Amino acid sequence: MHIPDGILSPAILAAGAAVSVVVLAKSVQESKRNLEQTAVPIMGVMAAFIFAAQMVNFPLLGAAASGHLIGGALAAYLFGFWPTTLIMTTVVTIQAVVFQDGGISVLGVNILNMAILAPLAATVVYKLLQKTKVPVSVMIFIAGWVSVVVTAGFAALQLGASQVVSYQLALQTLILWHAIIGIGEGVITVAVVPFARRSSFFLGGREERLR
Amino acid sequence: MKKRLVFWIAVSLFIAGAVSLLASNHPDGYEKAGEQLGFIDRATTYLHSPLPDYAIPGVHSWLSTSLSGILGVAITFVLFLLLGKMAGKRR
Repeated sequence: MHIPDGILSPAILAAGAAVSVVVLAKSVQESKRNLEQTAVPIMGVMAAFIFAAQMVNFPLLGAAASGHLIGGALAAYLFGFWPTTLIMTTVVTIQAVVFQDGGISVLGVNILNMAILAPLAATVVYKLLQKTKVPVSVMIFIAGWVSVVVTAGFAALQLGASQVVSYQLALQTLILWHAIIGIGEGVITVAVVPFARRSSFFLGGREERLR
Repeated sequence: MKKRLVFWIAVSLFIAGAVSLLASNHPDGYEKAGEQLGFIDRATTYLHSPLPDYAIPGVHSWLSTSLSGILGVAITFVLFLLLGKMAGKRR
Protein backbone atom coordinates (compact mmCIF):
# COMPACT_ATOMS: atom_id res chain seq x y z
CA MET A 1 0.00 0.00 0.00
CA HIS A 2 3.08 2.27 -0.02
CA ILE A 3 2.61 4.42 -3.11
CA PRO A 4 5.86 5.25 -4.98
CA ASP A 5 6.81 8.60 -6.54
CA GLY A 6 5.65 9.35 -10.07
CA ILE A 7 2.18 7.82 -10.07
CA LEU A 8 -0.28 10.30 -8.56
CA SER A 9 -0.88 13.79 -9.95
CA PRO A 10 0.68 16.83 -8.22
CA ALA A 11 -2.79 18.12 -7.29
CA ILE A 12 -3.62 14.88 -5.44
CA LEU A 13 -0.20 14.85 -3.75
CA ALA A 14 -0.76 18.41 -2.54
CA ALA A 15 -4.32 17.73 -1.41
CA GLY A 16 -3.24 14.60 0.49
CA ALA A 17 -0.37 16.44 2.17
CA ALA A 18 -2.67 19.32 3.17
CA VAL A 19 -5.24 17.00 4.78
CA SER A 20 -2.50 15.10 6.61
CA VAL A 21 -0.95 18.30 7.99
CA VAL A 22 -4.31 19.49 9.32
CA VAL A 23 -5.13 16.13 10.95
CA LEU A 24 -1.64 15.75 12.45
CA ALA A 25 -1.79 19.28 13.88
CA LYS A 26 -4.99 18.21 15.61
CA SER A 27 -3.29 14.97 16.79
CA VAL A 28 -0.49 16.95 18.42
CA GLN A 29 -3.05 19.27 20.03
CA GLU A 30 -4.90 16.23 21.44
CA SER A 31 -1.64 14.74 22.76
CA LYS A 32 -0.67 17.97 24.49
CA ARG A 33 -3.95 17.74 26.38
CA ASN A 34 -4.30 13.99 26.94
CA LEU A 35 -1.14 12.00 26.31
CA GLU A 36 0.60 11.01 29.56
CA GLN A 37 4.39 10.84 29.35
CA THR A 38 4.25 7.35 30.92
CA ALA A 39 2.37 6.13 27.83
CA VAL A 40 5.05 7.29 25.39
CA PRO A 41 7.44 4.30 25.75
CA ILE A 42 4.52 1.87 25.38
CA MET A 43 3.45 3.56 22.15
CA GLY A 44 7.10 3.63 21.07
CA VAL A 45 7.49 -0.14 21.34
CA MET A 46 4.23 -0.57 19.45
CA ALA A 47 5.57 1.71 16.69
CA ALA A 48 8.73 -0.44 16.55
CA PHE A 49 6.62 -3.61 16.52
CA ILE A 50 4.45 -2.33 13.66
CA PHE A 51 7.55 -1.35 11.69
CA ALA A 52 8.92 -4.88 12.16
CA ALA A 53 5.64 -6.59 11.32
CA GLN A 54 5.27 -4.52 8.14
CA MET A 55 8.56 -5.99 6.87
CA VAL A 56 7.06 -9.48 6.77
CA ASN A 57 5.17 -9.76 3.50
CA PHE A 58 2.94 -12.81 3.56
CA PRO A 59 2.29 -14.58 0.24
CA LEU A 60 -1.24 -14.64 -1.12
CA LEU A 61 -1.72 -18.33 -1.83
CA GLY A 62 -2.02 -19.15 -5.47
CA ALA A 63 -1.13 -15.66 -6.68
CA ALA A 64 2.22 -14.03 -7.43
CA ALA A 65 1.42 -11.29 -4.96
CA SER A 66 1.91 -10.55 -1.28
CA GLY A 67 0.55 -8.38 1.47
CA HIS A 68 1.69 -7.10 4.82
CA LEU A 69 0.20 -5.69 7.98
CA ILE A 70 -0.63 -1.98 8.16
CA GLY A 71 -1.17 -2.00 11.92
CA GLY A 72 -3.66 0.86 12.06
CA ALA A 73 -6.43 -1.31 13.49
CA LEU A 74 -4.04 -2.79 16.07
CA ALA A 75 -2.80 0.56 17.37
CA ALA A 76 -6.29 2.08 17.24
CA TYR A 77 -7.66 -0.74 19.39
CA LEU A 78 -4.93 -0.26 22.00
CA PHE A 79 -4.53 3.50 22.05
CA GLY A 80 -7.45 5.10 20.20
CA PHE A 81 -7.45 7.11 17.00
CA TRP A 82 -5.44 10.25 17.82
CA PRO A 83 -2.37 8.60 19.41
CA THR A 84 -2.40 6.02 16.61
CA THR A 85 -1.96 8.70 13.95
CA LEU A 86 1.33 9.69 15.64
CA ILE A 87 2.53 6.07 15.84
CA MET A 88 1.68 5.31 12.21
CA THR A 89 3.06 8.61 10.92
CA THR A 90 6.41 7.82 12.56
CA VAL A 91 6.50 4.39 10.90
CA VAL A 92 5.42 5.59 7.44
CA THR A 93 7.86 8.53 7.49
CA ILE A 94 10.85 6.37 8.45
CA GLN A 95 9.92 3.87 5.74
CA ALA A 96 9.92 6.62 3.10
CA VAL A 97 13.04 8.49 4.25
CA VAL A 98 15.33 5.67 5.37
CA PHE A 99 14.11 2.70 3.33
CA GLN A 100 12.68 4.22 0.13
CA ASP A 101 9.41 2.40 0.81
CA GLY A 102 6.76 4.85 -0.38
CA GLY A 103 7.79 7.92 -2.38
CA ILE A 104 8.94 11.09 -0.65
CA SER A 105 6.59 13.23 -2.77
CA VAL A 106 3.74 10.87 -1.80
CA LEU A 107 4.52 10.97 1.92
CA GLY A 108 1.49 13.16 2.65
CA VAL A 109 -0.83 10.78 0.79
CA ASN A 110 0.74 7.68 2.32
CA ILE A 111 0.33 9.20 5.78
CA LEU A 112 -3.28 10.04 4.95
CA ASN A 113 -3.95 6.47 3.80
CA MET A 114 -2.06 4.38 6.34
CA ALA A 115 -1.71 6.68 9.36
CA ILE A 116 -5.10 8.40 9.27
CA LEU A 117 -7.70 6.58 7.14
CA ALA A 118 -6.75 3.03 8.19
CA PRO A 119 -7.03 3.72 11.96
CA LEU A 120 -10.08 5.93 11.35
CA ALA A 121 -11.91 3.12 9.57
CA ALA A 122 -10.97 0.70 12.36
CA THR A 123 -12.11 3.17 15.01
CA VAL A 124 -15.50 3.54 13.32
CA VAL A 125 -15.90 -0.27 13.34
CA TYR A 126 -14.98 -0.42 17.05
CA LYS A 127 -17.50 2.32 17.84
CA LEU A 128 -20.26 0.60 15.84
CA LEU A 129 -19.64 -2.91 17.17
CA GLN A 130 -18.69 -2.29 20.79
CA LYS A 131 -22.32 -1.98 21.86
CA THR A 132 -23.37 -5.14 20.04
CA LYS A 133 -22.90 -8.70 21.25
CA VAL A 134 -20.22 -9.43 18.65
CA PRO A 135 -17.29 -11.19 20.40
CA VAL A 136 -14.24 -8.93 20.84
CA SER A 137 -12.00 -11.03 18.59
CA VAL A 138 -14.58 -10.97 15.77
CA MET A 139 -14.88 -7.20 16.16
CA ILE A 140 -11.10 -6.80 15.96
CA PHE A 141 -10.90 -9.05 12.88
CA ILE A 142 -13.60 -7.03 11.11
CA ALA A 143 -11.88 -3.75 12.04
CA GLY A 144 -8.58 -5.02 10.61
CA TRP A 145 -10.20 -6.18 7.37
CA VAL A 146 -12.26 -3.02 6.95
CA SER A 147 -9.24 -0.78 7.63
CA VAL A 148 -7.31 -2.37 4.75
CA VAL A 149 -10.22 -2.40 2.29
CA VAL A 150 -11.21 1.21 3.05
CA THR A 151 -7.59 2.32 2.65
CA ALA A 152 -7.39 0.48 -0.68
CA GLY A 153 -10.62 2.17 -1.75
CA PHE A 154 -9.15 5.61 -1.05
CA ALA A 155 -5.89 4.65 -2.81
CA ALA A 156 -8.02 3.72 -5.84
CA LEU A 157 -9.90 7.04 -5.71
CA GLN A 158 -6.53 8.84 -5.64
CA LEU A 159 -5.50 6.95 -8.81
CA GLY A 160 -8.80 7.80 -10.48
CA ALA A 161 -8.58 11.46 -9.49
CA SER A 162 -5.02 11.56 -10.85
CA GLN A 163 -6.44 10.26 -14.16
CA VAL A 164 -3.99 7.35 -14.11
CA VAL A 165 -6.71 4.75 -14.65
CA SER A 166 -10.49 4.82 -14.53
CA TYR A 167 -12.12 4.96 -11.10
CA GLN A 168 -13.94 1.72 -11.83
CA LEU A 169 -10.87 -0.31 -12.76
CA ALA A 170 -8.82 1.13 -9.90
CA LEU A 171 -11.54 0.39 -7.35
CA GLN A 172 -12.20 -3.13 -8.64
CA THR A 173 -8.57 -4.19 -8.79
CA LEU A 174 -7.28 -2.59 -5.59
CA ILE A 175 -10.27 -3.66 -3.50
CA LEU A 176 -10.08 -7.22 -4.82
CA TRP A 177 -6.44 -7.68 -3.78
CA HIS A 178 -6.90 -5.91 -0.48
CA ALA A 179 -10.02 -7.88 0.40
CA ILE A 180 -7.62 -10.84 0.50
CA ILE A 181 -4.78 -8.97 2.22
CA GLY A 182 -7.29 -7.66 4.79
CA ILE A 183 -7.83 -11.23 6.03
CA GLY A 184 -4.14 -11.27 7.00
CA GLU A 185 -4.51 -7.91 8.72
CA GLY A 186 -7.49 -9.20 10.69
CA VAL A 187 -5.82 -12.46 11.70
CA ILE A 188 -2.56 -10.79 12.81
CA THR A 189 -4.41 -8.06 14.73
CA VAL A 190 -6.56 -10.63 16.56
CA ALA A 191 -3.43 -12.66 17.35
CA VAL A 192 -1.41 -9.74 18.75
CA VAL A 193 -4.04 -8.02 20.92
CA PRO A 194 -4.05 -10.70 23.69
CA PHE A 195 -0.27 -10.29 24.11
CA ALA A 196 -0.65 -6.52 24.29
CA ARG A 197 -3.45 -7.05 26.82
CA ARG A 198 -1.19 -9.27 28.94
CA SER A 199 1.40 -6.47 28.88
CA SER A 200 -1.32 -3.96 29.92
CA PHE A 201 -0.70 -1.97 26.76
CA PHE A 202 -3.87 0.07 27.00
CA LEU A 203 -4.09 3.76 27.65
CA GLY A 204 -6.01 4.45 30.86
CA GLY A 205 -8.95 2.07 30.94
CA ARG A 206 -9.53 2.22 27.21
CA GLU A 207 -10.48 -1.39 26.91
CA GLU A 208 -13.24 -1.13 29.48
CA ARG A 209 -14.72 1.77 27.55
CA LEU A 210 -14.52 -0.23 24.36
CA ARG A 211 -16.53 -3.15 25.70
CA MET B 1 6.50 -2.29 32.92
CA LYS B 2 10.16 -1.95 31.96
CA LYS B 3 10.52 -5.72 31.54
CA ARG B 4 7.48 -5.81 29.29
CA LEU B 5 8.87 -3.04 27.10
CA VAL B 6 12.17 -4.88 26.75
CA PHE B 7 10.22 -8.02 25.78
CA TRP B 8 8.33 -6.18 23.00
CA ILE B 9 11.51 -4.59 21.67
CA ALA B 10 13.18 -8.03 21.66
CA VAL B 11 10.24 -9.54 19.76
CA SER B 12 10.29 -6.63 17.28
CA LEU B 13 14.04 -7.04 16.72
CA PHE B 14 13.52 -10.77 16.15
CA ILE B 15 10.73 -10.15 13.62
CA ALA B 16 12.63 -7.42 11.75
CA GLY B 17 16.01 -9.18 11.97
CA ALA B 18 15.04 -12.81 11.39
CA VAL B 19 11.40 -13.43 10.46
CA SER B 20 11.73 -10.74 7.76
CA LEU B 21 14.09 -13.10 5.89
CA LEU B 22 11.10 -15.34 5.22
CA ALA B 23 9.04 -12.49 3.74
CA SER B 24 7.52 -13.02 0.31
CA ASN B 25 9.26 -11.16 -2.52
CA HIS B 26 6.13 -10.99 -4.63
CA PRO B 27 4.73 -7.51 -5.33
CA ASP B 28 2.29 -6.24 -2.71
CA GLY B 29 -1.37 -5.58 -3.47
CA TYR B 30 -0.79 -2.04 -4.74
CA GLU B 31 2.12 -3.03 -6.99
CA LYS B 32 0.23 -6.06 -8.24
CA ALA B 33 -2.76 -3.92 -9.18
CA GLY B 34 -0.28 -1.52 -10.81
CA GLU B 35 1.13 -4.34 -12.92
CA GLN B 36 -2.32 -5.42 -14.01
CA LEU B 37 -3.47 -1.90 -14.84
CA GLY B 38 -0.10 -0.79 -16.20
CA PHE B 39 0.47 2.19 -13.89
CA ILE B 40 3.38 0.77 -11.89
CA ASP B 41 5.70 1.56 -14.82
CA ARG B 42 5.31 5.24 -13.95
CA ALA B 43 6.90 4.63 -10.53
CA THR B 44 10.16 6.46 -9.89
CA THR B 45 12.24 7.64 -6.94
CA TYR B 46 12.92 11.27 -6.05
CA LEU B 47 14.85 10.61 -2.85
CA HIS B 48 17.63 8.06 -2.61
CA SER B 49 17.44 6.56 0.85
CA PRO B 50 20.40 5.17 2.79
CA LEU B 51 18.85 1.68 3.00
CA PRO B 52 16.69 1.31 -0.13
CA ASP B 53 14.25 -1.63 -0.03
CA TYR B 54 15.43 -2.64 3.43
CA ALA B 55 18.93 -3.51 2.22
CA ILE B 56 22.41 -2.20 2.90
CA PRO B 57 23.91 -1.15 -0.44
CA GLY B 58 26.82 -3.40 -1.42
CA VAL B 59 26.02 -6.11 1.12
CA HIS B 60 24.65 -9.14 -0.66
CA SER B 61 23.62 -11.58 2.01
CA TRP B 62 20.89 -12.16 4.54
CA LEU B 63 22.78 -9.76 6.81
CA SER B 64 21.72 -6.88 4.57
CA THR B 65 18.00 -7.33 5.29
CA SER B 66 18.57 -8.42 8.84
CA LEU B 67 20.65 -5.41 9.85
CA SER B 68 18.31 -3.04 8.00
CA GLY B 69 15.40 -4.42 9.99
CA ILE B 70 17.24 -4.13 13.31
CA LEU B 71 18.25 -0.55 12.50
CA GLY B 72 14.68 0.28 11.48
CA VAL B 73 13.26 -0.99 14.79
CA ALA B 74 15.84 1.05 16.73
CA ILE B 75 15.23 4.23 14.70
CA THR B 76 11.44 3.88 14.98
CA PHE B 77 11.53 3.41 18.76
CA VAL B 78 13.96 6.28 19.41
CA LEU B 79 12.22 8.68 17.04
CA PHE B 80 8.84 7.96 18.62
CA LEU B 81 10.25 8.58 22.11
CA LEU B 82 11.50 12.00 21.01
CA LEU B 83 8.27 12.83 19.21
CA GLY B 84 6.11 11.58 22.09
CA LYS B 85 8.11 13.55 24.59
CA MET B 86 7.51 16.74 22.60
CA ALA B 87 3.87 16.04 21.72
CA GLY B 88 2.75 14.62 25.10
CA LYS B 89 1.56 16.43 28.23
CA ARG B 90 4.13 18.43 30.13
CA ARG B 91 5.09 16.78 33.38
